[in-house]
Amino acid sequence: METPPEETWKRPARALLRLRRLEVLGLAIVAAVGVAVAGGLVFVPVAVVLGVIAERFVRRRFHSWGYAERADDLLVRRGVMFSRLSVIPYGRMQFIDVTAGPLDRLFGLATVKMHTAAAASDARIPGLERAEAERLRDRLAQLGEAQAAGL
Amino acid sequence: MSYTGGDGWQRLHPLSPIVRGGRATIAIAVILAPTVLAGGGIGKEFPQLVAAGVLVALGFVSWIVTRWRIDGGDLQIETGVLRRRSTRFPLAQVQAVDVVRPGLARLFRVAELRLRMGGASGATARLAYVRESEAQPLHDRLLELARAERGEATGEAESSPRAERPPERVLTTVPPALLVAAILISDVGIFAEAVLVGLVVTYIVSSTAATAVLSGGAVWIISSFTVVWRRFNQEYRLTVAESSDGLQIRGGLVALTAETIRPGRVQAVRLVEPLLWRALGWCRLEVDLAGRQRGKGEGEAQRGRLRTVLPVGSLALAEELLDVLVPDRPREFLAPAPRRARWKSPLRYPKLGWARTDTCVVTRSGRLERVTAWVPLRKAQSFRRVQGPIQRRLSLASVHVDTAGRSVHATLRDRDVEEADRALAELTDLARVARRAA
Repeated sequence: METPPEETWKRPARALLRLRRLEVLGLAIVAAVGVAVAGGLVFVPVAVVLGVIAERFVRRRFHSWGYAERADDLLVRRGVMFSRLSVIPYGRMQFIDVTAGPLDRLFGLATVKMHTAAAASDARIPGLERAEAERLRDRLAQLGEAQAAGL
Repeated sequence: MSYTGGDGWQRLHPLSPIVRGGRATIAIAVILAPTVLAGGGIGKEFPQLVAAGVLVALGFVSWIVTRWRIDGGDLQIETGVLRRRSTRFPLAQVQAVDVVRPGLARLFRVAELRLRMGGASGATARLAYVRESEAQPLHDRLLELARAERGEATGEAESSPRAERPPERVLTTVPPALLVAAILISDVGIFAEAVLVGLVVTYIVSSTAATAVLSGGAVWIISSFTVVWRRFNQEYRLTVAESSDGLQIRGGLVALTAETIRPGRVQAVRLVEPLLWRALGWCRLEVDLAGRQRGKGEGEAQRGRLRTVLPVGSLALAEELLDVLVPDRPREFLAPAPRRARWKSPLRYPKLGWARTDTCVVTRSGRLERVTAWVPLRKAQSFRRVQGPIQRRLSLASVHVDTAGRSVHATLRDRDVEEADRALAELTDLARVARRAA
């Protein structure tokens, strides 16, 4: 696949990594307290080790995300264990969602989700800054309208 | 036609609400039957009678407020009491007109016309129900109008409207015996048989255990038989004919359907060869016609399911049908997947394969059954290259061709990474060209 050069790939905002790390930290603390109360302090190191592994996973996952806008389609790549590269033609996008949960909003982030007629397409880009998410949504909608193809 | 108002407005058949109620109607009839048969006792059964009366009144109201007409180039349907809804369906966009007759409709001698619309909406206009004798003329008239609206009427204007259509060529009618045999050794059939045998054996060993199994797994047992029944019911004496509009499919046991499949509507085609069928050279052919949205009234049964074109038949017959459905398909498969793919997909490996022309891609896979899927590239929605951990170890990758709906999975499974990347780039480009041309 003639993928665009590395510098044209865009990535989610750094804040997404901070958010994911915070989530891991929160879970690790809850788990550590839980096992400390239930099974004694010996299990606390286990929770810590698991937390470190999870942090590593979250970091790699964050770095795997990327998207590139080409002339006729959008490329989205993601995944560490299962690496995926999706090609979604602009003309096939039926509608585009921008969603932001409470935690996302706290970090000023939003998720852009592209919907095609295929259930399997499943293309989303999490952790975009609000302004970028809205720019992307508007641009995709515009391109989609210009290139729309019937079923 | 009857029930005509002013301005060409027409009403549906008065019995429509009853037929449309379907199972609910049957249930109500069953509940009320004892009361009616017993005569008196109205005081005791009063609530039920009131409920039935209200339902009948509602049905009557829904009938009286629904009307339709053909106006200019549009089919116009109006319905609703408080929120009146008027929908116009431009006849130029009609892709096909299906005639459907569920069991109750046959009882009351009425039929439903379904107009499948093309264009961006992909909606379905329903005329449910009209008198059986009027269904076919109306069907012909709508198709004729649609053709005239599209400006294809040139050749037909000279000859009489009826005679101009070339006679259809019947390709096959599936004999019931063959269908029964095929279902008995198909996956769902074997599953249902296993359930049945299991129940009988359990009963012989201990009847209490059998009762427990029956009550516990009732949902599963019923659903497994429902699947078998539905297949039999829908595919009974299915007739496939080739006509000027595409493939004509007619058949059914209780509910009769007649449907036209235009090649332009085909999102994907799937050829399934279950393990036991392959030994006999049998296969089934299914078509995905998924529209962008499904109409509210189309019912769960039709949603997201494939249309069977050939319930069971020989490969040669399937080829003949494929010529109509995907004429520009690749004839031969490319080289098999790399041998190292065996480690990742030991069962699938012998069946893996793919090929493409400039407008169509075909993939083959499957563990026990062999599934071949054709996708016209201009219908492809998106493409995905996926690589799992085992595939990375073996430097393999899969490319998915996503089609509308969720029924057909066309995947170039376990190809060499380089080949997968090249295929992804090529298919993306070809699909773009095909979309532009469409």
